Amino acid sequence: MKFSINGVAGSGEPQPGQCLRTFLRDQEHFEVKKGCDAGDCGACSVLVDGALVRSCLYPAVRADGAEITTVSGLGTPEDLHPMQQAFVDHFGFQCGFCTAGMIVAASTLDSTDDLPRRMKGNLCRCTGYRSVRQAIEAGVRGDPPRPAPGCGVGDSPNPPAARRVVTGTEPYTFDLAVPGSLHLRVLAAPHAHARIRSIDTSAAEAVPGVVLVLTHENTPQERYSTGRHEHREDDPDDTRMLDDVVRHVGQRVAAVVAESVAAAEAGCRALVVDYEVLPAVVDPEEARRPGAPLLHPDRTPADRVDEAGRNVVLAVHGGHGGDVDAALAASAHTVSGTWRTSRVSHAQLETHGAIGWLEDDGRLVLRASTQVPFLTRLELARLFGLPEDRVRVHTARVGGGFGGKQEIFAEDLVGWAVLRTGRPVSYELSRTDEFQRTSVRHPMRVGVTLGSTADGVLTAMKVDVLSDTGAYGNHSRGVLFHAIAESVSVYRCPVKHVDAEVVYTNTVPSGAFRGYGLGQVILGVESAMDELAIELGLDPFELRRRNVVRDGDPLLVAQHAEPEPDLVWGSYGLDQCLDLAEEALARGNGVEPPPGWRVGEGMALALITTVPPFGHVAHAAIHLEPDGTYRVDVGTVEFGNGSQTVFTQIVASTLNTTVDRIVLRVADTDAVAYDTGAFASAGTAVAGKALHGAALDLRAQILSRADGVLERDGVRTAAGLVPFAEIGPLTGTGAEFGEQRSLSSNVHAVRVAVRPETGEVRILQSVHAADAGTVMNPEQCRGQVEGGVAQGIGSALYEEVLIGEHGEVLNPVFRTYRVPQMADIPDTEVYFATTSDTLGPYGAKSMSESPYNPVAPAIGNAIRRALGARPYEQPFSRDRVWRLTQPRIMEP
Amino acid sequence: MDLNTVTGYRRARTRADLALGPGERILGGGTWLYSEPQLDTTGLVDLTTMGWAPLTRTDEGLSIAATCTIAELLAHPDRPPLAVECANALLASSTIWTVATVGGNVCRAFAAAGMVALCAALDGVALVWAPSGGGRHDYRIPVAELATGNGTTSLAPGEVLRALEIPARVLAARTAFRKIALAELGRSGAVLTGRVDPGGEAVFVITAATASPTVLRYPALPGAAALRADVDAAVGYYTDPLGSADWRRQVSGVLLEEIRQELA
Ligand SMILES: Cc1cc2nc3c(=O)[nH]c(=O)nc-3n(C[C@@H](O)[C@@H](O)[C@H](O)COP(=O)(O)OP(=O)(O)OC[C@H]3O[C@@H](n4cnc5c(N)ncnc54)[C@H](O)[C@@H]3O)c2cc1C
Ligand code: FES
Ligand code: FES
Repeated sequence: MKFSINGVAGSGEPQPGQCLRTFLRDQEHFEVKKGCDAGDCGACSVLVDGALVRSCLYPAVRADGAEITTVSGLGTPEDLHPMQQAFVDHFGFQCGFCTAGMIVAASTLDSTDDLPRRMKGNLCRCTGYRSVRQAIEAGVRGDPPRPAPGCGVGDSPNPPAARRVVTGTEPYTFDLAVPGSLHLRVLAAPHAHARIRSIDTSAAEAVPGVVLVLTHENTPQERYSTGRHEHREDDPDDTRMLDDVVRHVGQRVAAVVAESVAAAEAGCRALVVDYEVLPAVVDPEEARRPGAPLLHPDRTPADRVDEAGRNVVLAVHGGHGGDVDAALAASAHTVSGTWRTSRVSHAQLETHGAIGWLEDDGRLVLRASTQVPFLTRLELARLFGLPEDRVRVHTARVGGGFGGKQEIFAEDLVGWAVLRTGRPVSYELSRTDEFQRTSVRHPMRVGVTLGSTADGVLTAMKVDVLSDTGAYGNHSRGVLFHAIAESVSVYRCPVKHVDAEVVYTNTVPSGAFRGYGLGQVILGVESAMDELAIELGLDPFELRRRNVVRDGDPLLVAQHAEPEPDLVWGSYGLDQCLDLAEEALARGNGVEPPPGWRVGEGMALALITTVPPFGHVAHAAIHLEPDGTYRVDVGTVEFGNGSQTVFTQIVASTLNTTVDRIVLRVADTDAVAYDTGAFASAGTAVAGKALHGAALDLRAQILSRADGVLERDGVRTAAGLVPFAEIGPLTGTGAEFGEQRSLSSNVHAVRVAVRPETGEVRILQSVHAADAGTVMNPEQCRGQVEGGVAQGIGSALYEEVLIGEHGEVLNPVFRTYRVPQMADIPDTEVYFATTSDTLGPYGAKSMSESPYNPVAPAIGNAIRRALGARPYEQPFSRDRVWRLTQPRIMEP
Repeated sequence: MDLNTVTGYRRARTRADLALGPGERILGGGTWLYSEPQLDTTGLVDLTTMGWAPLTRTDEGLSIAATCTIAELLAHPDRPPLAVECANALLASSTIWTVATVGGNVCRAFAAAGMVALCAALDGVALVWAPSGGGRHDYRIPVAELATGNGTTSLAPGEVLRALEIPARVLAARTAFRKIALAELGRSGAVLTGRVDPGGEAVFVITAATASPTVLRYPALPGAAALRADVDAAVGYYTDPLGSADWRRQVSGVLLEEIRQELA
């Protein structure tokens, strides 16, 4: 058939059942993205003869004779369409994976009336939509481009990739033609727990196009963890690439590698697996009772599974300051409650996946959608028995992470298949794979009891946590430790006690998720604090002020009487955050509740360390070229956190140059010696600091060659300008080891309206105060806060991965898993404390994960105050909220 | 998504083309078919090439072709009352309306099918083409009866929905509409319509909250208590990720009462 794409005539024959999305990508139009492949996200939007369609739903054969326009046909990086310009100017993206479809859809609008409804089919997981909405409004109005922003620290320059992202020309993981690539697909387990007696692969191998079938019999037997950390001993070794036991519905049973996706899928269907079905346990409470089916009975503490005989990966029991029950009994007031959080999907729009190939000298190369290329290389080298330097892992721009890509979910199979076949292999997960086989936020049951004096001074604090890690223990230990850390240490309280355990169940594994466990326990603690304020008749801000740690106070978790030695108050802004949020809420915003709805206000706070414990390493190098170009090598990944922008700002400020002189090479194990990875908000605090060190080193070297003032084109000396050609080439290096950690704080406050008869909750005002130290890029930092708040609202009110009685995910698609739409996210007023950190580069602190943490308890507290009844189970969905008003009605 | 088991694609131009071979399925807009794996489907028969006029007005009322897209329905000057509201009740956005057909939505017959809500609200009738041969005949059936459950219909294999007919007598009726979901613009948890005909007869319909449409008919506008009792007594409220049965019943009662008052 014939067609034209962006004005260029083409011809080709699609498969009969092929959708336009993959057909366009077959024509190397990689700007057409996939977020869901099911019509739910809008990332694949294109114009067909001027009409907006979702190319993943559009039969390719119907495009016969059509004129197709993609985002790359609207404008080019040099000549942007007004809507593209507006998305650049208003920071209308973070990871940018939704942006191509968002801009195509927005380009068809002639009015912004009822915008949330018109854009309801375009999901953005990163931004929280405020910047997207402003961009669309500016684009529809046809605003002129914004004047070029400054590019130093404290300015708001655009991300270096901005003009490429908005034109679809910035490549992501799969936006690369790899000639001769094979495709890998996985057969999913139908049982929550079963032993594989045998797999008959003969029919699969006979499917035309099938090249290789991988099962537990021809893959490495060694155990590892999909979760990756600086120290591999942080996670239990409980996972095999392919196992002869399946422990959750959807687990990989076998992989088929074939010449086409269709053949790989057909090969998977042709596999004959004989299962011995085993008893399963899906309830975490039951999992640790005697007699429960055991998931990993043979693992030992040497594998970092503390009590495999009762499905417990890690147990933390302890306290300090005396007997907590006695202290509670002696307290003037006590409050207590038990809160529950749901499984939440990261829902990064780019699914996991990797492409691998061999270099001419046989070195294995993987291009993966990961936050941790170096850690992935280490573990794969170990698993494959290769020296580390025989493996290279790198990323292109990554389409969102939120912790979900601090894991190995595709790279192991792809690497092994490449080694076995010698050919390039690609494995791209589907959205349903994401729900069934990657990871979710750890669901937790959190019991909190607080005691206080008559004046509201805390006397005792008792926290009981049960975390469900699902079938595998990736991140189970770290998340549990973190969950009971800053949530508890933020309050001064003489007697603290914690009982915390994380257990295996036969369900989809839990993993790292923005906030890393803190948010779950903060829900309990901050809700209990609110209950205490109500009990005492005290203002909730005031109650916090009476009890929070002050500048210089030791940070005491329950289980240790001494603070961790690497924690330092590099700056303190919690007091300012409390003031800023309280003032803003008191000011109000004039938004009225609908008639008949009840109104309530709520707030919550959150503290977080700026760097993860036990070290986080980054190396950076800057090479000065004779023409004045600075080539910058940093190991960390850009996945929407804006680290690349901050890196250019640090270089521009320290070396007094401009962005056009800076060339970044990032996220490649070839780029620098080592980098732990882009997680725990380490982009600015660790990698940025290493880079700042490299810039200072290079600056000193330059000035030692020519004594004067460093300028963009050379060094201004008494004798005139010495050009870089006479100074360079030179290389500056820097490293940071994360040996000390500071603290960031966040306070969220809301005013909500609740309709008791239906359970509808409307956020009338949303206020967030953050202490990020020096704000390196105000627009970007605001975007990180808004994005975190939006995810917090999603978890608070809408999102829940539901598990059926047989352990299966009931809603493994965006049709039924409710990622917030534009209509669901109100604008948030964002305020920054004025502090400067002694540890971070230029006084900056991390601010990516933490805004998420206080949102759900703030909303829960507001609902409590509106209704007079407290929601204990997150999400506070409309059915649950309505049920709060019906005391005798039980859950169906 | 790619339907990799599909090896054939036929464009139907005559009624004879609609005879389905093994593994073949009717393709309307394709917006549902392409949104989920269809492992038992090996061939598609495209209905949109039949060339049916999207919407025709006759003395008896409106005839909406099964292949009329939701966008065509809304853009038509003769569009029936409640069409915009029922389209907006879909999670599917206007981007999908340009392709999705009214017939596809009815035949897919999800509880949350906005076009089923529309037809049920207006006493719409489906004209069904039986497969030729086999001695079966074309027939008409109320849409509220065609949709038998959440995703099931009374259509026999090989039967094709030809058109949806809206009787002229309802086009002048007064109507009102409510929708609620677990999120503001989310997939409907309950869709409620009310209609008072020029003669005073009142019809209230619950969709989305009950697995198949619940039609409540009254000779005249009922009182609040009578309506609520009938809503509470209705069967088929169900629990799924988009809402629980008890909540669906509750909000149906609350919002139908709003409709009753609006029509009073
Ligand atoms: C993002 C998104 C959101 C959605 N939200 C909703 C929603 O809120 N509520 C809802 O109900 N649905 C929803 N759907 C699913 C679906 O109902 C709609 O996509 C659409 O209405 C289907 O129409 P279509 O013409 O594209 O049908 P198709 O996908 O072409 O067909 C649907 C089914 O009907 C059959 N069929 C089609 N036409 C006929 C005919 N004339 N005679 C016999 N059989 C026929 C097909 O064989 C197929 O089984 C949504 C889909 C997407 C992608
Ligand atoms: S990929 Fe097409 S809508 Fe999500
Ligand atoms: S920027 Fe929208 S999904 Fe990442």
